[in-house]
Amino acid sequence: MEVRRHNAGFCAPHFLKLCRDQVERAIAHHDMLHPGERVLVAVSGGKDSLALWDLLVDLGYQADGLYLGLGIGEYSDESGDHARAFAQGRGLRLIEVDLREQYGYDIPTGARAARRVPCSACGLSKRHLFDAAAVEGGYDAVATGHNLDDEAAVLFGNVLRWHTEYIGRQQPVLPERDGFPRKVKPLVRLSERETAAYCVLKGIDYQVEECPMAAGNRHLGYKEALNLIEERSPGTKAAFYSEFIDKVADRFAVDTAAEQGALGACASCGAPTTGEVCAFCKLVERAGGHGADQPVSLTAKPASRR
Amino acid sequence: MLVTLRNPRREIEVAGPLRVLDLLARLDVPRESVLVIRNGTLVPGDALLADADAVEVRPVISGGMA
Repeated sequence: MEVRRHNAGFCAPHFLKLCRDQVERAIAHHDMLHPGERVLVAVSGGKDSLALWDLLVDLGYQADGLYLGLGIGEYSDESGDHARAFAQGRGLRLIEVDLREQYGYDIPTGARAARRVPCSACGLSKRHLFDAAAVEGGYDAVATGHNLDDEAAVLFGNVLRWHTEYIGRQQPVLPERDGFPRKVKPLVRLSERETAAYCVLKGIDYQVEECPMAAGNRHLGYKEALNLIEERSPGTKAAFYSEFIDKVADRFAVDTAAEQGALGACASCGAPTTGEVCAFCKLVERAGGHGADQPVSLTAKPASRR
Repeated sequence: MLVTLRNPRREIEVAGPLRVLDLLARLDVPRESVLVIRNGTLVPGDALLADADAVEVRPVISGGMA
């Protein structure tokens, strides 16, 4: 496996060790997790979340998975199958929450009803439910599979438009605060080409097909632009992101704090929010759903299978 | 060789032998955005692909913002 930013090629065992070392280093450097902690992994069935789950278990963390049934047709059916097969094959606990069954909406209909783009409705649903499930289940942290490419692309987009309030909060770890659980991104030192290669080499069968609702979004365009730069100048993505974290991010903390405002409890579900009712409860209401005021069911029956 | 592409999934025939990087150039695919897999095994950019090989060019870019 060639890793051009390290100007090196690795045999399979050494590449897998590189991935493990990079995750261990990210966790230690950013003080993300501590030995023995209980971690809730946001599992989509894709390469990043399954690689993350595999690596966290390998590193000795008590890591359970949470899979959300998003109701995006065949794509969701297949991604759920991949998540279940991974968990069953390793004897890991996978919690499943199905949006349609438990909240009466899915991403395509919810996005239309709330007049949001699908990625926005999806991200909002995921953030709320992962946070709520982690608090409900007493987990020490939520771990997400955001990789180096994800973080570099988000940073690139925010810099192009100088969204300073967003730039300041783009951190690999967000500490627990005001009812939000700690959130960590242990894959920030691995590119998505590396997480995909990790899965292939480990025999992890992940969902390769892309979400049909994400096609053509702005985030993908930023990734493609960065990959063209990376092609000519290997290491640029890693330097762009890591130097930002080490040298720049703190300078925007004031902008982020000014934008965040004071947090109260949602009048409907009790989740932390800056408004009277949180964005998730509003989304569920506009989508004609139900149950947003109920705790997340961590013993939910598995989402419908094919 | 039979080359499988994704998103959407499709198959094309490409004449071999051909080096991996030459195949990607012919397909106009940046090497940072894919893995090349031959018979279930990752292959590096300088590997020579034979006419009889079955090859998958697997994209690695995920799109969601969440």
